[in-house]
This record gives sequence, C-alpha cells and structure tokens, in this order.
Amino acid sequence: MRQSENPKFLGTEERLGWDEVSQATLLHSFNGEVENASFLKQEERDYAVTNSYTASVADWRIIKPIYNRDICIDCQFCWVFCPDTSIISRDKIMIGIDFDHCKGCGICVEVCPTNPKSLLMFDERKEIEEALEEWPAKKTDSEEE
Amino acid sequence: MVEKMDLQEVEVWDGNFAAAQALRQAQVDVVAAYPITPSTPIVEGYAKFLADGYVEGEFVMVESEHAAMSGCIGAAASGGRVATATSSQGFALMAEVLYQASGMRLPIVLTVVNRALASPLNVRGDHSDMYLGRDSGWIQMDAFNAQEAYDLTLMAFKIGENHSVRLPVMVHQDGFITSHTAQNINPMTDDDAYAFVGKFEPVSEMLDFSQPVTYGAQTEEDWHYEHKAKQHKAILDSRPFVDKVFEEFKKKTGREYKRVETYMMEDAEVAVIALGTTVETARLVAKIMREEEGIKAGVVAPRVFRPFPFDNVRDTFKNVKAIGCMDRSSPGGALGALFNEVSAAIYTGDNKPIITNYIYGLGGRDLTVESLKEIYRELALNAKSGKQNGKIQQFIGLRGPKLEYFE
Repeated sequence: MRQSENPKFLGTEERLGWDEVSQATLLHSFNGEVENASFLKQEERDYAVTNSYTASVADWRIIKPIYNRDICIDCQFCWVFCPDTSIISRDKIMIGIDFDHCKGCGICVEVCPTNPKSLLMFDERKEIEEALEEWPAKKTDSEEE
Repeated sequence: MVEKMDLQEVEVWDGNFAAAQALRQAQVDVVAAYPITPSTPIVEGYAKFLADGYVEGEFVMVESEHAAMSGCIGAAASGGRVATATSSQGFALMAEVLYQASGMRLPIVLTVVNRALASPLNVRGDHSDMYLGRDSGWIQMDAFNAQEAYDLTLMAFKIGENHSVRLPVMVHQDGFITSHTAQNINPMTDDDAYAFVGKFEPVSEMLDFSQPVTYGAQTEEDWHYEHKAKQHKAILDSRPFVDKVFEEFKKKTGREYKRVETYMMEDAEVAVIALGTTVETARLVAKIMREEEGIKAGVVAPRVFRPFPFDNVRDTFKNVKAIGCMDRSSPGGALGALFNEVSAAIYTGDNKPIITNYIYGLGGRDLTVESLKEIYRELALNAKSGKQNGKIQQFIGLRGPKLEYFE
C-alpha cells in the first residue's frame, strides 16, 4: 500500500505574503507544460506544489479502509465510486489505497459486492495484518436475510 | 468571414444600440444573457448582429442573471472575450457571481443600464443597482449619454483585458433617459474600433490542456485575506491604465475622458457632484446660474466610480466653498454613498467646504432644471454664510412635507 514518506498536511505549506500569492488564486496542476497527462500514472506526473495531490489530508481520517487481496475480484466498483481517487488500480488490478488522500468515508466498503466484503473499515491505528486475521467469514444465505 | 457594417459619420442611436454596436465592433466571442428591461436591446442587438453574420461568436440563452454571469465566467476562463448586459433585479441576482468574476480576475464587460430596485417594482432609472456593485471588485465607469456609452464600452475591453489589469469592467448608463433616447453618435469604423480594442489575449485559459489550471479555489483564513489584498491592489493600480486608454482614445477620436470630469470648475465657488444623466442637466444649470444669477457654479462627475478617484475628487474641490452631493439611490438609513465617499476624500484635504447630501430621482423621478437651480442657490447661501443653512441630507422633488435629516 502506498504510504507517503513525508506527507505534507494541508495548512502546513509555506505562508506567502499577499504580494507573492498567485493572481486570481490560479492554481497550476503541473510544473511546466505536459502532454497527454491522462496517459501518465499519477506517480509519473510532475505535479505542481499547488496541486492537491502533493498535499495530504490523512489527518482528516479516524477510520480507514483495509482491503483483502484474497477475496477481491477486481470489479473496480471501489475505484469508480471513491470520491477522492484514492483506490489505486493498475491494469484493472486493485493494488492499494492512497492513504494521503483517503478521508475514510467508507463508500468503497459500501459498494464492495463480494461476500465477505474485500474492503472493511477499521480504526485508524489498526495494524493491517491484525485486521486480515480478524476478517469475517462468508455469510450464509440465512445470515444475509 | 465576418460582414462589416457601413456606418455613417453620424448615426442616430440610443444608448442600448450604441452599447450593442460596441460589443459587435469588439467582436465579443460569447454573450450569455438573460435580458431585462431597460437593458434588453443590448443583448438583443448582439444576437441580431450574430444572426446576420456581423459578428463571430456565441449567444447563450440562460435561465437567470445568476446563470448569465456564471456562463460569462466559464467562457472568460476558457479564453474568450465576453460581455453581457443587465439592470436592477437582474443585477441584484448577479451580485454573488460578480464577486466570483473579479476574484478570478476575468476581464468580462458588463453593460449596466441603471434601474431602481424593487420594492415597489419599478423599471425606471436610478442608481440603486450601480451602488450595489460598488464593493464587487469591478471597475465601474459611468456614461452620461449614448455617445459615452459607446465609447466607454469599447474602452472597457481595452482596460479590463490589459494583462496588468485583468479585471471585469462595468459600463453604466441611465435607464431610458440614455438607453432609450436616440441621439447623434459618432461611431468609429469597424476596422478602427477593432484595431483600437485589439485582439483578446487570454491568460491561463482553461482550454489550454498542456497547462491545466484551477480557477476559483477555496481559501480560508490562511489565504483569503492575502488574495483579497492582491485584488484590491489590482483595482487601485488600474488607474494609470485607465488614464492611458482614455489618452489613446482621445488620439483616435478627439473625444476626451477623465476619471473625474469637471465643468466650469476653474473658478467655481459652489459645485454639484453627480453621476449619470444628471451631470448633463447640472452643466446646463451651472451655466445658467453663472449667466443669470452671478453664482460661480461648477459640476464634478466621477467618470470612474470604481476605483474611486479619492485624491482627484479632493483636489478638484480644493477651492470650493459649498458642495451638493447628489445621490440617486435610496440611502437606506444612512447618508448617500457618494456623499460619504466625497466627504471622506475632502476631510483629508486642507479645504473644508460645506457639504450637503441631496437624494433625488428615485425610480426615474425627473430632476428638473428648477430643482437644480434651487440647489445651487442654497449652495451659494451656504458658501456666503459659511454654514449649513438647511439640513445635511435633503430629499429633492418629493411630494409632501420636506424630508430632511441631520444638522
């Protein structure tokens, strides 16, 4: 799972004076010009400091999603529904969660169609291995009703 | 290929048509509009020019004035030359979005045909809507007749689009008296007008996919103040650029504009300061007062209402003994806005003339020559006696007992 080595939390950036801020609050996405940015993976893009990708909102989160690779069927529902683009998928294979930008809303868990769910919400401090050991078993038809 | 229009040296246009012709000659790319009386013919005019092939652009029909200005913002941020028109209630509904346009530093031109604000509902001219825009961060220029509405609309593009300015600009004219009164107009040729305004050069347009950009980002207590400060600097620093465009326009047409217009102020002892069509009536009366009653009368008019010409107004009045500040908007429990701003400017100077606030003309009530004569007579009395002879705030041309406040 992707963990930023030095997450930069919103509000901790350098405080510029009024004469230094951008005209019109314009925020550029990338450093310099880019071509075909949509064909580049996030880690390949030269994001500008003003792009929210370079900031972390991890401290907004009190519960976090943990995913279970053994159950996941790579349906991409979580990737589609995540409002913060924080499900990392490559070649339609779910490979992790971007914990710099995930706010812990739980929508990924809500839309996960497997039984048991491949994504579950845990306390922010929960160790992943511990969570995987506690993963619930498949529910039977009578339990689902 | 855009058709060119053969214009006579002198055309007979009303203020609305003059503004519409200016939008055509500037070859505005997008007009998003929700027409409202009395400004309707401006956007109607642009739409007809577009349909007839005299302009290359888009006319976007929207569901409200809020949407009209929102559409203008989208088009301007995307890199187009953009304009629209509104009045009164439409202006009020646009108010929220006006602040977005100026904050995003988009050089939109808004032609405002001034009209009273309800209630009671009223379609006639007063300055309620113009005053409503005074903190919106737009440059506000005021035309006193149709020729000026044409000239200022052309100049508005050149001022707002200057990369050192990058601000939206309103061009105001009075409802009906200017907007619907046919007057002689000296237009520029299409080629001259377009050459004067110049090609639109966008900054950081959203449709530049190689440099994606965010417009209208959110800032809280950590950044908002700095951005607003920078915006305030931009509008105050626009003053020399406004002067420069006025100068260039004079070279092209011979018609002279100043951020503060003065009439017979060289030796004036008493003066009226006003906006809109009132300025022309006041000039007429000032001349009469000099000829018939020996009163050294003058007229001052802020051509550019925002940025407010604080120092120019003060300096203009440095030898005047009594001033009448004319406010054509219901002051809502205070002195008139122009009175407050002029008084503040004068307070910082050495000369301390006696200043009176006249409220007049609400909802299109005529300001008569006779009323202005009485005002000049009272100002002359104030100048002579060195004190305020009536109340500080007086309602003029109102039926019933005299309404006046403060001593």
